[in-house]
Amino acid sequence: MAQHLKSSSSRSTLLNVLRHNLGLGSPSHASRHLRHNLPHNPPSTRVSPNPLTRLCNTMVDTLSSTSSHEDANSQVMDFPGGKVAFTPEIHFISESNEQRVPCYRVLDDNGQQLTDSRFVPVSEEVAVKMYSDMVTLQMMDNIFYEAQRQGRLSFYATAFGEEAINIASAAALSPQDVIFPQYREPGVLLWRGFTLQEFANQCFGNKSDYGKGRQMPVHYGSNKLNYFTVSATIATQLPNAVGAAYSLKMDGKEACAVTFFGDGGSSEGDFHAALNFAAVMEAPVLFICRNNGWAISTPTSDQFRSDGVVVKGRAYGIRSIRVDGNDALAMYSAVHEGREMAIREHRPILIEALTYRVGHHSTSDDSTRYRSADEIEWWNKARNPLSRFRTWVESNGWWSDEAESDLRSRIKKEMLEAIRVAEKTEKPNLNHMFSDVYDVPPLNLREQELLVRKCVKSHPQDYPSDVPL
Amino acid sequence: MASLLSRFCRKLAVPGSAHGARMVSTTTSCGSETVKSLNLYSAINQALHIALETDPRSYVFGEDVGFGGVFRCTTGLAERFGKNRVFNTPLCEQGIVGFGIGLAAMGNRAVVEIQFADYIYPAFDQIVNEAAKFRYRSGNQFNCGGLTIRAPYGAVGHGGHYHSQSPEAFFCHVPGIKVVIPRSPREAKGLLLSSIRDPNPVVFFEPKWLYRQAVEEVPEHDYMIPLSEAEVIRQGNDITLVGWGAQLTVMEQACLDAEKEGISCELIDLKTLLPWDKETVETSVKKTGRLLISHEAPVTGGFGAEISATILERCFLKLEAPVSRVCGLDTPFPLVFEPFYMPTKNKILDAIKSTVNY
Repeated sequence: MAQHLKSSSSRSTLLNVLRHNLGLGSPSHASRHLRHNLPHNPPSTRVSPNPLTRLCNTMVDTLSSTSSHEDANSQVMDFPGGKVAFTPEIHFISESNEQRVPCYRVLDDNGQQLTDSRFVPVSEEVAVKMYSDMVTLQMMDNIFYEAQRQGRLSFYATAFGEEAINIASAAALSPQDVIFPQYREPGVLLWRGFTLQEFANQCFGNKSDYGKGRQMPVHYGSNKLNYFTVSATIATQLPNAVGAAYSLKMDGKEACAVTFFGDGGSSEGDFHAALNFAAVMEAPVLFICRNNGWAISTPTSDQFRSDGVVVKGRAYGIRSIRVDGNDALAMYSAVHEGREMAIREHRPILIEALTYRVGHHSTSDDSTRYRSADEIEWWNKARNPLSRFRTWVESNGWWSDEAESDLRSRIKKEMLEAIRVAEKTEKPNLNHMFSDVYDVPPLNLREQELLVRKCVKSHPQDYPSDVPL
Repeated sequence: MASLLSRFCRKLAVPGSAHGARMVSTTTSCGSETVKSLNLYSAINQALHIALETDPRSYVFGEDVGFGGVFRCTTGLAERFGKNRVFNTPLCEQGIVGFGIGLAAMGNRAVVEIQFADYIYPAFDQIVNEAAKFRYRSGNQFNCGGLTIRAPYGAVGHGGHYHSQSPEAFFCHVPGIKVVIPRSPREAKGLLLSSIRDPNPVVFFEPKWLYRQAVEEVPEHDYMIPLSEAEVIRQGNDITLVGWGAQLTVMEQACLDAEKEGISCELIDLKTLLPWDKETVETSVKKTGRLLISHEAPVTGGFGAEISATILERCFLKLEAPVSRVCGLDTPFPLVFEPFYMPTKNKILDAIKSTVNY
């Protein structure tokens, strides 16, 4: 800008700009120089007499190994950003690798441990809690979903099919890791100790809801459990998580920030903003993508044309892994290892967990309108994360049919009681409509509260009777 | 033409500092008050130095902030406090504000810079849907009150569409944030420190026109000017004028000219637009019976409309004339036509007279 160029004409500022551009004396979160030219295979020798077609016939190369390019014609030169080797060939990096990035898994589809699988071991205690919480999450979802169908809840969104992502990731984290959820990760709260009653209170928006009745169901939050309150806007939590991670790093904490999002969320601008910032700021943050194949009715083929989300990490200089999201052990290991790297090395990690959204997007959606009931059923039955993990847990002698039925009957009882209590607990007081907009209500809100109360006195029939005044 | 030249050529006396009776200063000082003659960017720079030195968990960042910033507001900060606390960010406003919200959510003070208010819009989602609602939606379990977003705003003589905007009205419509606009160096330092320390997210617009043009005696110590308190910077009886930021300088000139024609003007600096001090304006209008609001932002949907509607509700029977608004026009901010677009001293003077003679 003309204006700022004029004002930044001082010698020292010019020098600073030059210094930075040449990568000398760069700031503490240093610019990463490209150490290698992007590697490619040697071009094919298809030659045509016409120079124009020869240009068009130039081969497109694919990314292969990380060996540096050794072309006799190559020279190396400095541009801002670091040294690059030159090449006389016109090579376009292919839009995709020949092979899709493989997916890390530990258990096969039937829950048998793969012979050459490597994973972080889990104790009996942890494994049983993981499995129990997956069952609890599924049952909680079932019962709340039904409650909505019956008209007792205004809205609900289930996490069917994603129980392993929810629980196993939570299990691999420490309680000090701060969570920035999207909205399909209540299992993380469950793992940390949020009770069924607390879930129900938020869903019914009663006076025991920590959110004070301000938001729709499933918009949970708990400062006690380091789980930031859900907001429905997609991917807005991603850059927030990066800032929080930076804070943890600066405060020297042995913890990271963890943020979840879906395949749809990876299309948002905030995804790009967050990953780029995380890399530059060297922030200890885990980006966990639940690629469940659907963003409401939009399949991933309408969402992006990359090989899923995992390949996007490299574009930002972020270490990434693709994992079977329906494999609890693989999820656990990936998150465990990712977390270690994030904290120890002060770096972001991208984890793409492949899964399937078995449920509808929410109670406002009937997904049979855009996908077949058979497809849903197949994922629900044949690729179910619960049954896979249960097989493995039982194979260790840590679970049984009896344990299963005991658990299920206990959870059902607890859930029904939680709903009964939540339903009849009164709503938050009207004054909570006006509190917390700011730390202290300003004059305009105090005035408006008076006006509203006056109106309620005159027209009580216009107002719900279960909101105490 | 003459007024345009004079705008460029002379350093402006700040409104309320030399002319007419002034209300008691609202600055609070502790200890001896050493003052120094500073321009706006230096005053802001001082506030940032103080903010960083008084809270070790405070951060300043944004595009080009490291070398001092395109307007020099962040000069010396990185050298003094280190590049972990004062740093450049990638060119991405939604990232800057989103990152700042995350830092603030962890109890830090994040003072983020948006290079020009014209570029704040990518961050609008973060501001409206995250920052403004962070405390409310969580039931006060969480908050990002430590967030302050600074941005240069307003006409600069040659800025055109994308270096001149006054977007304050968009933000005044968002419950949960505060909007603050200082008129001068001394005000800016005190208001910025208040904004940074206020437990609510604040959007702080700095009149870029005044960065170098306005010079004032600014106390060197740590002081704060309260938010949501308007100030009567010139007393009068015939008409109340309300404005903020750089426009107050223009309005004050109009008041001086009006005085020569026997019209006594009361001039109010609103300072905080959200939540705004209705009481001070109401008291004044009940005395004068007339109101004129002036801002650079386009008149339709501008913040002047909110002030007008509120005062109408509260002072209807005391009003001798309709509320007058002398504002920017409903066009994108033009380059060659800037002098026609702007709410100039003479436009204001004409409006004062027609209001008084209604």
